[in-house]
Amino acid sequence: MTGVSVAPGSGTRPRGAIASLAGRVGLLGGLGVALVVAVVLAAGQGQLDVPASEVLGSVLHRVGLDVGPLPSHPQGENTLWQVRFPRVVMAALAGAALATAGALMQGVFGNPLAEPGVVGVSSGAAFAAAAVMVFGWTFAGTWTIALCAFLGGLVTTLLVYVMSRSGGRTEVVTLVLTGIAINAVTSAGLAFLLFLGDQQAREEIVFWQLGSLNGSRWEYVGVVAPLVVGGILAALFLAPRLDLLALGDRAARHVGVDVERLRIVAIVVVALLTGAAVAFCGIIAFVGLVVPHLIRMVAGPGHRMLVPASALGGAVLLVLADLWARTAIAYADLPIGMLTSLIGGPFFFWLLRRARRTAGGWA
Amino acid sequence: MSAFLSAHGVGVVIEGRAILADVDLEVRPGEVVALVGPNGAGKSTLLGVLSGDLGPSEGHVELGGRRITKHSAKDLARQRGVQLQKQGLAFGFRVEEVVRMGRSPWYRTPAADRDEEVVEESLGRADVAGLAERLFPTLSGGEQARTSFARLLAQETPLMFLDEPTAALDIRHQEQLLGVVREAAEAGAAVVVVLHDLSLAAAYADRVCVLADGRLRADGAPADVLTGELLTEVYGHPVDVLHHDGNLVVVPVRARGERPAATPTATTDEEASCSAV
Repeated sequence: MTGVSVAPGSGTRPRGAIASLAGRVGLLGGLGVALVVAVVLAAGQGQLDVPASEVLGSVLHRVGLDVGPLPSHPQGENTLWQVRFPRVVMAALAGAALATAGALMQGVFGNPLAEPGVVGVSSGAAFAAAAVMVFGWTFAGTWTIALCAFLGGLVTTLLVYVMSRSGGRTEVVTLVLTGIAINAVTSAGLAFLLFLGDQQAREEIVFWQLGSLNGSRWEYVGVVAPLVVGGILAALFLAPRLDLLALGDRAARHVGVDVERLRIVAIVVVALLTGAAVAFCGIIAFVGLVVPHLIRMVAGPGHRMLVPASALGGAVLLVLADLWARTAIAYADLPIGMLTSLIGGPFFFWLLRRARRTAGGWA
Repeated sequence: MSAFLSAHGVGVVIEGRAILADVDLEVRPGEVVALVGPNGAGKSTLLGVLSGDLGPSEGHVELGGRRITKHSAKDLARQRGVQLQKQGLAFGFRVEEVVRMGRSPWYRTPAADRDEEVVEESLGRADVAGLAERLFPTLSGGEQARTSFARLLAQETPLMFLDEPTAALDIRHQEQLLGVVREAAEAGAAVVVVLHDLSLAAAYADRVCVLADGRLRADGAPADVLTGELLTEVYGHPVDVLHHDGNLVVVPVRARGERPAATPTATTDEEASCSAV
């Protein structure tokens, strides 16, 4: 934050614009490189270590380039392609989806504390996904879970939207309390499903509540990837208009934004992204809160930058978090949702304190 | 010139209460129309109806010969700009970025080529060029109001609405802002501005509309409308209208000896609440 006003001079601004453009390209490029490094690193580590050069060599051979060494361990190639890559790619997709959903939601609600996990969208999606398990629905094949998670997420997002807005704005207190109410109801729903389900369904439900990337398969990646890519593209398309929503509903309309339509489209995109992430990974909270905030601190609040940088940042964060979750304790796979909540909870608290201070209360 | 914006028998009823009733009003290019009246007279509501934010319960508003409710949000944004009474911003954008938001209706039009130039010029005209790099939420109320004014100027609309734009401003900036508004009108814009300071309205408006209890009580040139008789009745407080150096000066009549002379009160109650930023 610069408290110093810049002396009025025509020479300062164009230079500043070029510097900020370079900074933006630099940030996206840096996050892109970080993602590649994180993916290679995460794919190589685990119970069977594969050196980074062999991971790269294996990928390059698959795409038809005979460059670099192949995994030297006899099980190396299999481990990489059957276990590691689906899991790492799933982590990257879920992280990107959740962080983008968080950035979108904060823009739509004009409230920096909105996040799918906090306001109960994730648990709404998880409830619907768990219902699919317990009742054994298969009407849409492998897509059934994703479809129901999306619908569960959509219903909860709309509920939060309708209930937490008054007079064209969302106050922090109302939003957080609405989240508590929604989380209470969906938790009750999940508990009821636990009661109804058989042993296998119960294990699945507990797994959803904790959030984990264990058991990710290419089949699931194939379902999640198009949803996440589509959702992020839609978010990028909405981004410029989200800046204008920061002015408030009326002022946004004054500069030509069809506010209600933008909101509804953004809410559907949030539900799509959250549903896609939750369908196979369970509830991984706070990614959508932490990542957009860190990006805002570095690059400012403009959504043109915030949305793509959050997507990349979320992917990096979750790939690394998952790496830590499965390697911190040998032969144990810690639930990743537990980990993100452990870090995200205190972070959320800090944000609450700050919002209270800067906004002069709970506005 | 013919009316650019016109209200025909506009009435607004909110929760069974008539906030506005039977208002007819025309605004032509090149004129500044001031809306004045006591608190709760319906000024902001009328501004909301005229700018297309609020659908009237009765009557209708036409912009360029077409009902204002038929215009799309984008089409409307290219024709009218609004500066609201309260400015809010959800995230910490910089002043220059906020002003640039005013250019968004012109995105992907030939006018967008002039974005840089217009933003620069608007920052200067609203006297916020020195604040361009500051974060909007860290500004004072008056600085935020001037930033919003710069955003309105950057939108370059032929019709401008301002709701109490001078409320948080010091004397110099009040005069400066209304001077810029006058210039815009002379360049052909139509301006509707809600003002509490009747002397300012008298100095800068071509026409003054006095609202009271949701009705348009008077509509005409400042010298014809701003009379002690009408204002005393409308405000429920004795008001004198003086002539000073060719300016109309509106002052409330104060009982002498009520307050010690050492603490003169130069403002009415309504203005006093505005100057405390």
